[in-house]
Parts: sequence; structure tokens; C-alpha cells
Amino acid sequence: MSITDLNLYQQAILLIAGLITLTSFLMLGQSRLTRLVGVFAIQGFLLATATAIAAKVLDYPHLYISAVLSLLLKGIAIPIMLHRLIHKLGLHRVMDTIDHPARVMMSGAALVVFSYYVSLPVVAHSTLVTLNAIAVSLAVVLLGMLLMITRRQAVAQVVGFMSIENGLFFSAVVSTYGMPMVVELGVAFDVLVAAVVFGVFFFQINNSIDSLNVDQLSKLSEVEK
Amino acid sequence: MIAILLILLIPLVGMVLLAIYGDSPNAGLINTRCNFLSFVATLWLAIDVLWNGPQLFAHQLLYIDSFNVYLVTLTAFVGLTTSIFSGPYMQHEKDIGRLTGKRLKLYYSMYQGFMLAMYLVLTTNNMGVMWVSMEGATLATVLLVSLYRTPESVEAAWKYFILCGVGIAQALFGTVLLYFAAEQKLGIGGHALLWTVLHDNASQLDPAILGLAFVFLLVGYGTKIGLVPLHNWLPDAHSEGPTPMSAILSGLLLNDALYAVVRCKMLVDGSLGTHLAGNLMMGFGLLSFLVAALLLHRQTDIKRLFSYSSIEHMGLMTFAFGIGSPWATFAALFHMTTHSLTKSAIFVTVGHAAQLAGTQRMEKIRGLILTQPSIGWGLLIGTVAIAGFPPFGVFASEFLVLVATMHDYPWLTPLLLLGIGLAFAGLFRHIQAMVFGDVPEGQKPIKAHLWPVILHLAIVLFLGLAIPDFLGDWFKQATLLISGGLPQ
Repeated sequence: MSITDLNLYQQAILLIAGLITLTSFLMLGQSRLTRLVGVFAIQGFLLATATAIAAKVLDYPHLYISAVLSLLLKGIAIPIMLHRLIHKLGLHRVMDTIDHPARVMMSGAALVVFSYYVSLPVVAHSTLVTLNAIAVSLAVVLLGMLLMITRRQAVAQVVGFMSIENGLFFSAVVSTYGMPMVVELGVAFDVLVAAVVFGVFFFQINNSIDSLNVDQLSKLSEVEK
Repeated sequence: MIAILLILLIPLVGMVLLAIYGDSPNAGLINTRCNFLSFVATLWLAIDVLWNGPQLFAHQLLYIDSFNVYLVTLTAFVGLTTSIFSGPYMQHEKDIGRLTGKRLKLYYSMYQGFMLAMYLVLTTNNMGVMWVSMEGATLATVLLVSLYRTPESVEAAWKYFILCGVGIAQALFGTVLLYFAAEQKLGIGGHALLWTVLHDNASQLDPAILGLAFVFLLVGYGTKIGLVPLHNWLPDAHSEGPTPMSAILSGLLLNDALYAVVRCKMLVDGSLGTHLAGNLMMGFGLLSFLVAALLLHRQTDIKRLFSYSSIEHMGLMTFAFGIGSPWATFAALFHMTTHSLTKSAIFVTVGHAAQLAGTQRMEKIRGLILTQPSIGWGLLIGTVAIAGFPPFGVFASEFLVLVATMHDYPWLTPLLLLGIGLAFAGLFRHIQAMVFGDVPEGQKPIKAHLWPVILHLAIVLFLGLAIPDFLGDWFKQATLLISGGLPQ
């Protein structure tokens, strides 16, 4: 099936899926925290747009609510909150070092290929769009995890965490036209509470180790030192 | 209907109430009373379900059958006894200056919040809501783990937050896949995530997608159960948080996560028709069981010691549910009960022992029986029970697991016996020195509330001698639901 056989909605979703993956890679390579949060906000906007398009074309009014929710939460509220915290804690000039950037990028690419491979069983039962959506959202989830593993700054780990949620939301929207409303509201509420708890934790970590470099959180271990 | 609403409303009201009055001297009492009321409501619900069979409430959002109703009752019971212990315990922590009034408010309010999330996980019929409440429980307990604000507790809480957050995100992906598979057969709408609907139509769901979904669900909820290699957060969280929280984490949260996995397994079995889900659970369970039994030997902190024991027992239960035969399922359900009761009792005594010695390091805790016999004997008897000695209930349930394994997978029995032996040795080499031995200078008895411990251990002892009819009926009905057969 060639791309021209798809209708405009499917093409738009594919385009956004590509862009969301791109933002995930941008985050992976971005070492300045403020810009990292900026890219995360863009990902939130893309997610909201995809949801809104799906709502319009498929005529599911309840998807508009989730579009607005993700716009407000992931596009605006959480990035602003993180931004403020970064400035409050004086981290806006800190460069988070990335060890072996080339290797990180290559593993990211490998994860994308892996996601397509894992999603293969789904192919047999659905259209091209769904395959791409599931594969891409799984890729975004895994890239978010990679981001958390490779970074030392607590803020960057939180951005990774939130981008995992973005991937999950995207998979729910595009492959299944959104989860039932009660679940979406619940997940949104959890994300909001999680964001607040993260904010509290930044201060606790900062108080206890005088920085947000979580590499220094290494007192607890199996072996006695 | 009223009973189940009460079960959900009382903790909600309690949470708000304690967020306001949590620092008053009566806070412990309010907490206990809320838990007592919920416990009464669960008894009411349990009797109702026992007489009238499985029930759906509130537009099919809530579902109660004999599998979850006994867990609801167990949750309420352990929540109640732990709250009785936690009142004076937290007061003592405040008196010695480890906690401020504000943190006490946070503690009590999150205690009720955690109970609410637990009840919701168990009673909901919607797989999505189940995920949401599981995540809610994580958020509530993360705040509890960091309650003391020491560098260690902040580190433990951060580890817990990150690891469980990421882990449970996998479970959400699994849930999305489940919804995706269901939606193609059942149509779009809120019904495609309802457990009852999914279960009735499991045979129509696409096996390939469901198999994939189960892998994600097992890894996701498995992080919460503490299955090796996803267990790293558990010992840290248990050892650094306040002790009452360790009791409810071990006694309740791990059970509820396992409950979620078993619910998912029931769906996947119906669709796949193979033993894939069971094999995965057996593998993970056995690995956790053996690794945790080995790691017991290396511990120096008393709470870490018993948190590894929790991993070991959860591994055994996962393994037994994985076998999936009626006997194994019956044994796993029974083991869930006995382990919860024993482990929460142990954490209560461990809390007192640590307060008595002023430290959690095992090499400094000595001579408990000479200083305060009730605590020393409590710890000793609790450990005897959890190590699986007759006549306690843990022995009976572990024995049933062994019998079921011998029947279906005889070649795995030596591994199980090895694990049980290792765990027994690991526990006793530490416990003996702590309970007996010389008393350090200046160690004085403290005010201890041990009747939750006595009550729990008495029940476990009773369960080891005889299972009451009504409980046996619950277990049998639940076994029938899960494994599709009755133990012969």
C-alpha cells in the first residue's frame, strides 16, 4: 500500500507520529535542561494535535476533552512548572553531560527497529496506520526509558518519565481511538499528581545532596561499604 | 451496594479529615476508627457475596466475586491492625523528634489514601481504573517512604518512584494493547475494558496481541510485586520508610499487584489456550524465590532482611499461580493470606525491636528476650512462622505448593526445597543472635502494642491447624474462577 492510498487523516497521523519520534530523538541528544523541557512541550503540543485530529475525523467528541487535557497538562502546565523549578534551583546554566552520545543515538535507532519488530503480530489484524502508531508509540516509550537511563540530572529523568506517558497516550489515541473517559481522566490525574510529587522531590533531593545529580544518590546498596 | 460504597467512601473521608487533623493527639485514633469502619463494611460485603454470589455495581464499574472479596477483607483487616500499631509508634517517633506535626498529617492522610487505592484496585471491574489506582497507590506510598527526609529515605523514595513509575507504564501499554484487541471484537465504547466482558469474550480475542499484552502487563505489575530482576526498589523502600508502612506494603500492596497479574492471566489463558502466561510466571516466580533466599544471607539491616523474605514469598506465590492447576491455585490463595498476616505481624515486632535498640542494624540488636520478652518472643515466633515451620499456616500453604509442584512438575521440587532451606538458614542465623545474646548496656523496655501481633499469629496458627468452612469455600470458589476446576 502506498502512501497516496491513505486518506488525509491517516497521512496526518503518520506525519505527527514521525514528528513525535523526532522530538524523542531531539530530547535524547539535548544536554541543556531548559531546551529539553522546551522540546518536551513541543511533543505535548503534537500529541494534543493528533488527538484533536482524531476527534474531528472520527467524530468522537470525548477525544476533544483528552486533546484539551493533554494540551493543558503536557503542553503547558508541566513544562512551565519544570521551567520554574529549573530556574529556582539555579540549573538553567547546567549542562547535563551525555556519555557516548553516538552510542546513545544508535541504541535509540535500534529501539525503533525493535519496536517495529515487536509490533509485527499486530500487523496481521489491522491497517498500516495502526501498525505505525503502535510501533511508534512503543518506540517513544522505550526512547523515554533510554533517556532516563542515560541522564544523571533528576529533571532530565522526569522529562523522560513524562515522555513515556506521552508515548502511552499516543498509542491509546491512535490505535484505539482513546481509552474510556474514566480511564483517561484517571491517568491525567495521576500524571498531574506525579508532576507535583516530582516537584516536591526536587527540593528534597536538593536539600539532601546539595544538587540534583542523582548519581550521588548511591548510599543504599546490597553490599556493605 | 451500600457496603461497597462505604468501603470506598470511608477512606476518602478519612483522608480529608486526617489531612486537617493529622497532627492532633487523636489522629492515631481517628485513623484506627476509619479503618475499623471500613473493616465492618468489608465484612458486610463479604457476607453478602458469600450468600448471593458475584455482583456488579455502579454501571458495571465495580465487580466483586469470591476471588477479590477475600482480598478486600484481608486488606481491611491488616489495614486495621497496622493502624492500631501505628498510632503509638508514630507518636513515639514524634516524641523523639524524628517527625514534625506536618509530616504526621501527611503520614495519616496518605495512609488512608493508600487504603482507598488498594480497595479500588481490588473492587474495580475496569482494567484501566485498576491501573490508575495502582499508580495512585505508588504515589501515596512514595510520599510515605521519604517521610523521615534523611538522604537515605529520599534516595529510596526516588528509586521507588522512578522504577515503579517506569515499570507500571509498561502495564499501561499492556492495557492499551488489551483494549486494542478487545475493541476489534466488542466494538468501541467503555465496555471493552470491563473485566467481566473481557473474560466472557476471551476466546474471541486475538491471541497474538494478547500474548504481547501479557508480557507488558507481567513486567509492569511484576515490578510492583517485586519480582527479580525488577525488585531493586523494594528492600530500599521497606527499610527506609516508617515501619507501619513496611507492614502494609508487604502485607497488602504486593498482594494486590499479584492479584492484577492473576486477573490478566485469566484473560490471556482464555484466549491463548496455551500455558505461555503460566510458564512466564513460573520462571519469574522461581527466579525471585531463589535469588531472594540467597540474598537473605547478606543482609545487615533487619527491615531489609524481612523485605527479602517478602520477595521470596511473592516469588513462591507467582510460581504457584503460574502452575495453574486447582491445587496450586488453592495453595497460592492460601499462601497469600498466611503470608500477609505473618509478615505484617513481623514488621510490627521489627518496628518495636528497632525502637528498643535504637537502630535497624542487626549487629546492634541483641538480647531482645531478656530486655522485653514480649518483643523477643514475638519476633522469634513470627520468624518461626514465616520460615514455614509446622504448625503455622505458612507451613500448610508451602506444603500445598510443594504437593502441587510434585504432581505437575516433579523435577522442580528440589529447587523449591533448596529455596525453602536457604531461606530458613538465612533467617535464623540472624534472628537467633538478636533474640538471645547479651543485652547491650542501657537498653530499656519500651511501650509496645503487641496485640495485633498476637492476633495475627494466632490466626496463622489456627489456619495451620484447620481452615474454617467459610474460608475454604471462598478459596474453592476463587480456585474455580481462576483455574477452572476444583481441588480434588
